[in-house]
Amino acid sequence: MPYADYKTFEKVLTRHADQPGSHTLDFYLGHGGYEGARKAVTQHTPDQIIDIVKASNLRGRGGAGFPCGLKWSFVPKGSAKPKYLVVNADESEPGTFKDRVLIERDPHAIIEGMLIAAYANGARISYIYIRGEFVKGYCRLVEAVKEAYQKGFLGQKIFGADFSLEVTVHRGAGAYICGEETGLLSSLEGQRGLPKIKPPFPAVEGLFRCPTVVNNVETIANLQHIILRGADWYRSIGPEKGPGPKLLCVSGHVNRPGTYEVPLGINLLDLIDDLAGGIWKGRKVKAVIPGGSSAKVLAAHELNLSMDFDTLAAAGTMLGSGGVIVMDETTDMVSALYNLMRFYHHESCGQCTPCREGTGWLEKIVGRIYHGRGRMEDLDLLLNICDQMVGKTICVLADAAAFPCESIVKKFRPEFEEMIRKGKGHERRVFPVAGGPLIQIGALSRHNQERREEQHPMKESALKRAPAPVGGLHD
Amino acid sequence: MANVTSAKKAQEPAKRLEFSPQAREKIAWLYTRYPTRQAALLPVLRIAEREFGGIGPAAIECVARELEISPGYVWGVFTFYTHYRRETDGKYILQVCSTLSCALRGCQEIVRHLSGKLGIQPGETTPDRRFTLKKVECLGSCDTAPVMQINDDYHENLTLEKLDQIIDRLP
Ligand SMILES: Cc1cc2nc3c(=O)[nH]c(=O)nc-3n(C[C@H](O)[C@H](O)[C@H](O)COP(=O)(O)O)c2cc1C
Ligand code: SF4
Ligand code: FES
Repeated sequence: MPYADYKTFEKVLTRHADQPGSHTLDFYLGHGGYEGARKAVTQHTPDQIIDIVKASNLRGRGGAGFPCGLKWSFVPKGSAKPKYLVVNADESEPGTFKDRVLIERDPHAIIEGMLIAAYANGARISYIYIRGEFVKGYCRLVEAVKEAYQKGFLGQKIFGADFSLEVTVHRGAGAYICGEETGLLSSLEGQRGLPKIKPPFPAVEGLFRCPTVVNNVETIANLQHIILRGADWYRSIGPEKGPGPKLLCVSGHVNRPGTYEVPLGINLLDLIDDLAGGIWKGRKVKAVIPGGSSAKVLAAHELNLSMDFDTLAAAGTMLGSGGVIVMDETTDMVSALYNLMRFYHHESCGQCTPCREGTGWLEKIVGRIYHGRGRMEDLDLLLNICDQMVGKTICVLADAAAFPCESIVKKFRPEFEEMIRKGKGHERRVFPVAGGPLIQIGALSRHNQERREEQHPMKESALKRAPAPVGGLHD
Repeated sequence: MANVTSAKKAQEPAKRLEFSPQAREKIAWLYTRYPTRQAALLPVLRIAEREFGGIGPAAIECVARELEISPGYVWGVFTFYTHYRRETDGKYILQVCSTLSCALRGCQEIVRHLSGKLGIQPGETTPDRRFTLKKVECLGSCDTAPVMQINDDYHENLTLEKLDQIIDRLP
């Protein structure tokens, strides 16, 4: 498949994101705002909308990449219970910061998408669950919802049709697991954010035990464009089975970290070398996590890949949330893994033994290797524990912890062995704080011009395997 | 979980707190937005956080009375989440992101610098109750790493100089 041409690609989701005032209703209406929702509500039946979204092959942007139209078709028809729409704005997967751009810069696009999703699924009450840390985003959403109510885009008789929608913005309070859809629903009900066993899936029995559609912010933001420009147009962007514009977040050791809107199917090397400005300090790449910290890591020689759902799945990893974390040749992989394992252990909700104990053991064992007390048997032990965690728990947080662990241990095993052999004598270095200019949110086009001077042509260099480790990510 | 109120303190009869009329109004509005009272728990805890300057046993008691659920349950929910302000927290909660993308760009140095400057370890509060230092997980701003959240505000692309300026300029 030819790679989609990211250079001629016209931005869709973030086309206005770098303009001042883009979050206000006035701006939004001045740029064709709410026309997609108007068209959906006044010219289509709910079933037609579901068919259009199915035909567009839109896949969820929250992590799992599940076909959006298919998920909607699971909502039971003719049930007497109320139906709910919940937008997942919890964005807490390490390496991911794309929803924040939409929330802060284009909140009305989210509300417009919600109108379409609610209309299609027969939902009349909806919630946006936003992570507690995003205070600015919360204020922007609350303000946007208020404006939308005032102008009649929310409430009763929207667009003069027999359609009503209530939107409430609900703030979380700091827990990664509340991004998992059933954990999110528990949290929204006023409980601890404990995930629930599926089935029943939320589409059948979700919020307050009623049918509930849960979609990610970015998924929702795509809807108006599909309605306005059609499923055929949408499918023409990138690979047909998982097409569309995609926000990819690049962080770590690159010259221009940021959020980039690209057509799905962009080559990972183009993303890193060209858009993100290459590896910093003239170094070589060592490893890349392509889809948020829960995705399996790619080694330097594996990066010539098309960034789309199916290609990354075939390469044994995933597009996930689109969080690309880049590590340069000086990165200590033991240390990087230790950092991630601490995260998953801290965030495990503790309901399932394989996850609660497993994440704890992984952290402890990687920690002892890191602290120079590792044993050679530990490496197989780690892989064994990972094996015991995958597919055995209520939610996939356990898998999300096992994937990076298993892949890093397998792909960088010599580095672990070396550290175990050297024991306490291993020399560690900590990364200094990076200098450089202030970048507010995301390297959208405006930021792309004004970044650091150095450009590092590295397409070939990226393919060369980088040398041995230094650098520690812990105290 | 560094400063969970000690068991001894929890046993003392908590002073009785009441929501102000303005807070009650907000809570009444919240009840209209959810089909159950309990669903308003997280937002009501946010209101309590503002009203009482942080959450402790007395605030928990007050929230529980308001929502007609047991204080034990409210405490259980409250402690599940990490982002509420506790009554034992300092005026400024310095939350330094310590997850991978920030670690790759030097957040350890930020923590060490703050720790040295303030004379406290992560999880501790200065004796004058001005600063609480915390290491937290990904703040969703990895492109501007290293990142720190002070109360409601993000501070991004931190350098040691910038850090000093930010801390010294806090009112
Ligand atoms: C541990 C865990 C954390 C998750 N965090 C998020 C998140 O922060 N944001 C999000 O949109 N989806 C997250 N998800 C995925 C959701 O469970 C769900 O699949 C998604 O919200 C569905 O929306 P979509 O179909 O539009 O992608 C997470 C999943 C897991 C297992
Ligand atoms: S897998 Fe982990 S996070 Fe998910 S429900 Fe089980 S214990 Fe909780
Ligand atoms: S890792 Fe620090 S903000 Fe994401």
